[in-house]
Amino acid sequence: MNQPFYVAPEQLMKDRADYARKGIARGRALVAVQYHDGIVVVAENTSNTLRKVSEIYDRIGFAGVGKYNEFDQLRRFGVRNADVRGYQYSRDDVEARSLANEYAQILGQTFTHDVKPYEVEILLVEVGVDQETDQLFHIMYDGTLMDERGLSVLGGDAESIGERLRSSWKSEDDLSTAVKKCVAALSGPERTLYAGDLEIAVLARNAQRRCFLRFDDVEVGKLLS
Amino acid sequence: MVVPFFDLDNDPGSNFTSLLRKVGLDPFAYGHSGDHHQIQAPHGTTVLAVRYNEGVVMAGDRRATMGSRISNREMEKVVPADRHSGVAISGTAGIAMDMIKIFQLQLEHFEKLDGRPISLEGKANQLSQLVRANLSGAMQGLAVVPIFAGYDLLRGTGRLWDFDITGGRYEEREFVATGSGGGPASTVLKVGFRPGMNVNEAINLACQALWEAADVDSATGGPDVLRSIYPVIATITANGWERREDADLATRFDVLSQQQRSQREGTAS
Repeated sequence: MNQPFYVAPEQLMKDRADYARKGIARGRALVAVQYHDGIVVVAENTSNTLRKVSEIYDRIGFAGVGKYNEFDQLRRFGVRNADVRGYQYSRDDVEARSLANEYAQILGQTFTHDVKPYEVEILLVEVGVDQETDQLFHIMYDGTLMDERGLSVLGGDAESIGERLRSSWKSEDDLSTAVKKCVAALSGPERTLYAGDLEIAVLARNAQRRCFLRFDDVEVGKLLS
Repeated sequence: MVVPFFDLDNDPGSNFTSLLRKVGLDPFAYGHSGDHHQIQAPHGTTVLAVRYNEGVVMAGDRRATMGSRISNREMEKVVPADRHSGVAISGTAGIAMDMIKIFQLQLEHFEKLDGRPISLEGKANQLSQLVRANLSGAMQGLAVVPIFAGYDLLRGTGRLWDFDITGGRYEEREFVATGSGGGPASTVLKVGFRPGMNVNEAINLACQALWEAADVDSATGGPDVLRSIYPVIATITANGWERREDADLATRFDVLSQQQRSQREGTAS
């Protein structure tokens, strides 16, 4: 039997993190910001059927970047978890915070114990009764959980996109203005993104029950014009 | 209870009841009492649905009874299942309420997981499976018999179904009525139904059917003017589910009672 080589834990973790980061950087980024009556998520996504942004529960939305099959599996887990919880307790007992913790556990566990870490970053947003109670949880491939204020950027090139967005974003913007700023931040100075390249959804604060609303290409075109 | 991260060969798919079973929350797992004695529990009563030119009208009275006692005056037996469909129940109230809850969740769960709603036919089929799952409950006297109606966006028309306790599902072309007052209600609907009625005529017909059902069936509540409790009446069209205001129903029942009074006076003189 061969004796396995000794690998320092620092090296092991670093290799895994590099691997995951590389996978994530290959995909397109997405951003989420608060606007005056909700939270809008803008993703660069040319597909009209394979979604990056989706509904989890009445006031909770999900977005993922990286490997599609992996974050879609996490999305399904979220919907199941929320629906069972709402059935067993009440709709008011379903909240993003506890689900974000579950996600952090799964991603962290997989990162340290499994053969391959998840090549994803996910975002869990919950729209509250006002901007103070809005929540944006950003969860990294290694299970690091961040509670972010106002805006969140996921995916490759997050730093420069974040810089552009932070310099222009205001929480009191209306939807159309917020979307335009997000798209400008995503595209950068050299590119132009059109309705067909984007996937946009909102969690509207004052909706009746299900706050999640996705826009089709025509509606996205109107928001951008 | 924890929702696990399912392996591929153990995944419940988009079905909410399968998911509940996987996590040990089977909603229809009754303890088996060997001697199948009948359990006394509150029952709900007359519900109906009628097609008209733009969709369907659903209606139901508000009374729940336990034996000869009125156990609730404000029960809502007609509820939206999702945006374009509704469900009405007669039978054992507690189980019916849970069945509605699971049905609503099932439609929403599927829509979220799959990214599109189930077809109207598919929804009726889902409900039929829930009714069948309750068969052992039905044998103990805890039967639930729903009506399902909705607007079929694919076909551009209103459609309606009734069920039996074994989960049998029957699509009707014109109207359905069920519950202990279902007999008289059906007769009124049968006599009054005209193809291509407008919304106003359809609602009036539904009101009249409930009125006559309450007149002969003690388990069906009529309009309660004293407490301002009126039946639940809703329309489902291409624009979705819309419940009619109590004020509107109050006017309609007022007209109806005046008609009845003048008819009686007419025959007396």
